[in-house]
Amino acid sequence: MTENEEKKLCAEALIISGVKPEKCMKCGKCSGACPSYDEMEYHPHQFVDMVSKGQIKKLMESASIYKCLSCFVCVERCPRNVMPANIIEAVRALQERPQGTDRLTPDEVKNILDDDTPQQLLMAAFRKYSR
Amino acid sequence: MQRIGVFVCWCGSNIAATVDVKKVAEELKSEPGVVYSADYQYMCSENGQNLIKSAIKDYSLTGIVVCSCSPRMHEATFRKTASEAGINPYMVEIANIREQCSWIHKDMATATQKAIILGRAAVAKVNLNTPLTEGESPVVKRALVIGGGIAGIQTALDIADAGYKVDIVEKKPTIGGKMAQLDKTFPTLDCAACILTPKMVEAAQHENITLYTYSEVEEVKGYVGNFDVKIRKKARYVNENLCTGCGECTSKCPSRKGLNEFNMGLDGRGAIYIPFAQAIPNVPVIDTAQCIKFKTGKCGLCQMNCPSKAVDFSQKDEFIDEKYGAIVVATGFDIITLENYEEYGYSMYKDVVTSLEFERLMNAAGPSKGHLERPSDHKQPKTIVFVQCVGSRDTTGCGKEYCSKICCMYTAKHAMLTREKYPDTEVYVFYIDVRTPGKNFDEFYRRAVEQYGVHYIKGMVGKVYDDGQGHLMVRGSDLLANEQLTIKADMVVLAAATKADESARKLGTMLTASMDTNDFFTEAHPKLRPVESPTAGVFLSGFCQGPKDIPETVAQAGAAAAKVIGLLAKNKLKSNPCVARADSLICSGCSNCEKVCPFGAITYAETDVNDGTVREKRRVAVVNEAVCKGCGACTVACPSGAMDLKGFTNKQIFAEVDAICRQTGE
Repeated sequence: MTENEEKKLCAEALIISGVKPEKCMKCGKCSGACPSYDEMEYHPHQFVDMVSKGQIKKLMESASIYKCLSCFVCVERCPRNVMPANIIEAVRALQERPQGTDRLTPDEVKNILDDDTPQQLLMAAFRKYSR
Repeated sequence: MQRIGVFVCWCGSNIAATVDVKKVAEELKSEPGVVYSADYQYMCSENGQNLIKSAIKDYSLTGIVVCSCSPRMHEATFRKTASEAGINPYMVEIANIREQCSWIHKDMATATQKAIILGRAAVAKVNLNTPLTEGESPVVKRALVIGGGIAGIQTALDIADAGYKVDIVEKKPTIGGKMAQLDKTFPTLDCAACILTPKMVEAAQHENITLYTYSEVEEVKGYVGNFDVKIRKKARYVNENLCTGCGECTSKCPSRKGLNEFNMGLDGRGAIYIPFAQAIPNVPVIDTAQCIKFKTGKCGLCQMNCPSKAVDFSQKDEFIDEKYGAIVVATGFDIITLENYEEYGYSMYKDVVTSLEFERLMNAAGPSKGHLERPSDHKQPKTIVFVQCVGSRDTTGCGKEYCSKICCMYTAKHAMLTREKYPDTEVYVFYIDVRTPGKNFDEFYRRAVEQYGVHYIKGMVGKVYDDGQGHLMVRGSDLLANEQLTIKADMVVLAAATKADESARKLGTMLTASMDTNDFFTEAHPKLRPVESPTAGVFLSGFCQGPKDIPETVAQAGAAAAKVIGLLAKNKLKSNPCVARADSLICSGCSNCEKVCPFGAITYAETDVNDGTVREKRRVAVVNEAVCKGCGACTVACPSGAMDLKGFTNKQIFAEVDAICRQTGE
């Protein structure tokens, strides 16, 4: 992935999620509240920070995107309405849905289901798949 | 026909960079009535003013138009210039080609066109201007200060020392405000009571100061120099003149369920109580919601035991009507309630307290006599976690968007005092930013870290929960270490956001003083008139205008006092001549204008009217020019066009609109 491609993906993640990272005042309350913190290599506040800096590759390759429970406690606690969970969801979607390919059909779901895959991920994948 | 001069200002490059000033001057030369037109670099400079003065003389001008900045900036300057050159100051019109034109446009051609049109409208108006004379109104040499905290006390003392009478109205039973509740003050750590109580006593003893405690402002009428204020003195059920403050009644009261407001509800008080030992006046008050006599009709122990027969259950609210020349708002602040921040567990755990509660827990006159103990089991806490920005800098609508300003410093103070008194206590502070601008402020905070070993953690707390064994588990992030930590604490102290006092909004409406969305009073100019409200005769002191600490509050209190003294020192005030006037020939006496007037300036009178051949008595509107503010509501409400605003007549406004809409053929 070139630097430019990475920047483009970051911009797309911001569009998909509707997150405006410049609103963040870096208080860390999202990561202070996150119940999955210890499981994650990158934490909610880092997702916001890194995407805004154009560093999405590391996030896409990290298992952190599957360790997020989508519990939205970071969104609920954020004093500035930044919505970190939405940006994590966007990174996850970009990883799961390479451009222009049909990666997932309903028939395939039962074969790939395991305990680690959040249901939200499947829902999101279907939703964005038909675009 | 008027002889009008047009003066186009460059304002350096502020206007000239986007507006072709020479073209504006040239174009306006051909407008009706214009006999002279010029442009100059700085019209407000002495040279610029001299240019206007000599043009008035040389061309026998009767009116002038200055195309420059907003009339809020230099209208007064040019009116004075005109009057020095011998023409009526109300024959001056300003066309605002800076704020409303050059600053907001980029394209020179369109900006120039707009400047010409704005100038044309002003010329059209001056053609219909008539000379106006300012009225005069007397000044009542007495000031009202609303709020008896440190801001109100300081303002009142300064005004009183200058020789003017001052009344302080305080809604609580004692003066002293929030500062009286504080233990120590930053950054000097002197005891708050030790520096406040002498001022309270001074205010009480000052021959020029009258205290109305347990009182509220009920109604405000009138205008600068002549306010009529109704004050409600709530019934204390204790006669202030008879009471000696011996405290016999408070010790005999059998009701013990009332929460002690002064100690933030951390302990109880009787139904008849004196808020605190140094309260002024030292007169008890009965809380009727708790009093057994008021609830059941039986008891009256306080009355029986009072040696001076001061307890009076039949006392009623009293009303006092007084006239004032100036009003100072000093309503202060409060802290927000924390129901939107359940993650910190304030309503669930007794040992999660606000900083103001912590202040009482540290205070020698507090519920624990100054021995720091946690509210649940009265044990001395070994680990304390402070959380800053609880509800401050919050844009979600749960808290307040602004920085509360005082929390960083008082949290450093609390942390330091805790380590000083109880060195075996571990103290943690979660912060987003430590903001300590101010004299000796950052040094103070660094002392907490370097000398007292307070652990400052950059990050926020996400959750406080109970471990089931009497500890509070505080989970938060340490952003610098990039880790999430959980601290086992005995006590959590929340720096709750500040807010304007509840009474401020109602008072703002009563005074027609403007406020911002946070209910802080707006100043007349944020930099140049910081202690005045835009409403003439209303001044601002302390936290009611925005978050500030004690030194800033005292400074502003003195500044407000200086402004009040400046006003009260005048014998007469010039009043705005641009007020409403009713044409008795047209007025039908329908009362529409009276109903819409927000200042109560319109009355009706049976007037002799000489209408051509008809001579009769008619009921027509009469405007009190001293009360009228010239808002123009009546001119819009009048169905027959009898009401007109001097200086802004319907004819003048239509002429301006016509001039703006006129086709220029370009």
